[in-house]
Amino acid sequence: MWHGIDMCSLVYSFAFVPCACEHQGIVDDQFTQLRKLEDENSPHFVMEVASLFFEDCEKLINNMAIALEQKQGVDFKQIDECIHQLKGSSSSIGAMRVKNACIAFRSFSDGQNREGCLRCLQQLSHEYSLLKNKLQTLFRLEKQIVAAGGSIPRVH
Amino acid sequence: MTVEQIGSEGKDQFPIGMRVLAVDDDPTCLLLLGTLLRRCQYHVTTTSQAKTALKMLRENKNKFDLVISDVHMPDMDGFKLLEHVGLEMDLPVIMLSANGDTKLVMKGITHGACDYLLKPVRIEELQNIWQHVVRRKKKDRCNSGSKEKPHPDSGEAAGIGNVDNNGKLNKKRKDQNEDEDYERDENGHDNEDPSAQKKPRVVWSVELHRKFVAAVNQLGIDKAVPKKILELMNVEKLTRENVASHLQKFRLYLKRISCVANQQANMAAALGTADSAYLRMGSLNGLGNFHTLAGSDQLHNAAFRSFPPSGVLGRLNTPAGLGIRGLPSPGTIQLGHVQNSGNPTNDLSKLQSFVPGNHNTNILQGMPMSLELDRLQHNKSVGHIGELPTTDSTTVFPGSGNLVDARITGFSNNPLLGVTSNSLMLEGSSQQATSHTSVSAIGFQNGNALSDFTSIAPASNQLQDSKAGSQGQASPINCNAGQIIRSAPQEWNAPRKDAPYQSHASINSSIPINSAMIQLGQCLDRNNSIFHKTTDLDSVGPLNFVDPLSIKHGEGDNSIMEPSVIEKEGYLMFQPRPHGSHVPDNIGSLEDLASAMMKQEGGCNGYSLRTSI
Repeated sequence: MWHGIDMCSLVYSFAFVPCACEHQGIVDDQFTQLRKLEDENSPHFVMEVASLFFEDCEKLINNMAIALEQKQGVDFKQIDECIHQLKGSSSSIGAMRVKNACIAFRSFSDGQNREGCLRCLQQLSHEYSLLKNKLQTLFRLEKQIVAAGGSIPRVH
Repeated sequence: MTVEQIGSEGKDQFPIGMRVLAVDDDPTCLLLLGTLLRRCQYHVTTTSQAKTALKMLRENKNKFDLVISDVHMPDMDGFKLLEHVGLEMDLPVIMLSANGDTKLVMKGITHGACDYLLKPVRIEELQNIWQHVVRRKKKDRCNSGSKEKPHPDSGEAAGIGNVDNNGKLNKKRKDQNEDEDYERDENGHDNEDPSAQKKPRVVWSVELHRKFVAAVNQLGIDKAVPKKILELMNVEKLTRENVASHLQKFRLYLKRISCVANQQANMAAALGTADSAYLRMGSLNGLGNFHTLAGSDQLHNAAFRSFPPSGVLGRLNTPAGLGIRGLPSPGTIQLGHVQNSGNPTNDLSKLQSFVPGNHNTNILQGMPMSLELDRLQHNKSVGHIGELPTTDSTTVFPGSGNLVDARITGFSNNPLLGVTSNSLMLEGSSQQATSHTSVSAIGFQNGNALSDFTSIAPASNQLQDSKAGSQGQASPINCNAGQIIRSAPQEWNAPRKDAPYQSHASINSSIPINSAMIQLGQCLDRNNSIFHKTTDLDSVGPLNFVDPLSIKHGEGDNSIMEPSVIEKEGYLMFQPRPHGSHVPDNIGSLEDLASAMMKQEGGCNGYSLRTSI
């Protein structure tokens, strides 16, 4: 009994999280598209993509942080490339706020504005953390549902 | 499965199982892309390295039907990959990028991409990409019968093609076509323009164009009317309309040349001796546009690249354009001319220089370069040609490549153009189906040095990019200036940062030549793997002419280049004169040079550099 209720709430939460995320603009429709791609044959697709994205993003953020710290001169070109890549991957996964942060970031890097870049990087980090948090919650729920014997509600 | 095979089984089957190679350095995107493609039921291979991708493609040309590649990649620029694939394998390539800047998209098109998608890619877009494969196959079939009307199904393909999943791109193409594509119009190779595939097109092959020009010459440009031309040409299935439109283009081309030539002449007068430092390899591109290499089923828009030659040619004509130090007064050096009036004994005069015609008509003199850049293929043909005889007759260089000879030949006889019979012309068999050597018959001549010139028929016509004859940024230099007349190697001093250009055996070392590194990159941009647009002009240094077309071969496609091959990247090693050089330091492209020059003289009326390059 409680098992059932538990499942219900799990599933409910599972459905809720992406909705909320989209509502808050953390993710956009692209994320939904990704979820649609998940099926019995590739049940963990979103998780896989997200993991790759997290790795990627963290690496890029780190690189940018290091670049911005360079006393002898910031390599804005490198930063620009990082931003570009991050923009690409974030838009692919549907991480809208991260993507937008990249866009804003770019204008500062184009202007070679170190201070501005630092602020943007912070913002970017923040958005990334937020996203990661939400997605990890989602994945946790998913695992719980599966562990409890339920099946993941698919997006149609 | 090939399209042909599938065709017999019914088109329904086709998109399923289409073999796609996906390249993207971003793992997230690559995973997504691969998944989406598989969801479309294609057979997908993914790699994050462009070099690996190329390797896979080269291993087996028939392994893939389509390539999708990201633009920004660390190990190789997506555009470069695009060029390679286009030249070597003739596969449709779709570019992918997070950046949808018009400029980038344009660049993609000019490099020959058959589509440009923005990230994030949606599955709907990927569901339509198979049409590019179909279209290309049909076009290839068309091309193999050069004068025939295209395959009757092409209309069908066009119909499909019209359902463009990327409306923006399509529109861009249309605009581009409208604006600039006057020379490419009849080009049956234009596989980028679905909307234009409404009616069968005539392919203006080398042969055909040659006949055309001969007819025009015979009649006299003023009296040449389509009807008479048609009669003289006596070609089946050619209609008066075909001839009429071709004639129109031809006239436009001539006008451009003369306009620029005038400008140049004025400039020359104003500047005195050659001052600016460039040697332009003008290409008879305009001419080249008129025909494709016949018989080559791999011609894409090779001949129809509409590089407005005028810009380039014009430049060639001016001493300013030559920028060669020591050049005798303008107009003395003529390509292909054995006797250069006033050609000094000065070594420097032995340049690969273009005829700085004193008058319009000289433009085409010795402009052997109808550099028809053809798609680079592993063409081992065209050994280089030996020394050019310094004769008065048109020198023809046999080449196995498709030399854009027809045009040159035609022009040499063209009274209008005043092409002298001294023009060096490179003629190669243009009928080889797979040859793509485009010999850039650049008649470098230098008075007596003619005999010293070794004309190198480029084994690989890397120059011409046969795809996407987009005009926008195509550099007009149809530089198949494969003919690099190499001067004395010892003179070649052009320090090139990154160009391991090949020293060809055919280099004739007897002539010191001022090196002029001209980046023909821009012009050869499209699909020209060899030509890269570089922003470095290794221009400081002794004026040694290295090799007008020394090509910087980007990624080591050296295998394509025969020893005698010329240029890979259409570089004219150019070293600006230490004084009074107008060459900006960072000339990124021919276009830039042109702009620079134009600035000097205030531009040509109505002559747009942009479009000419």
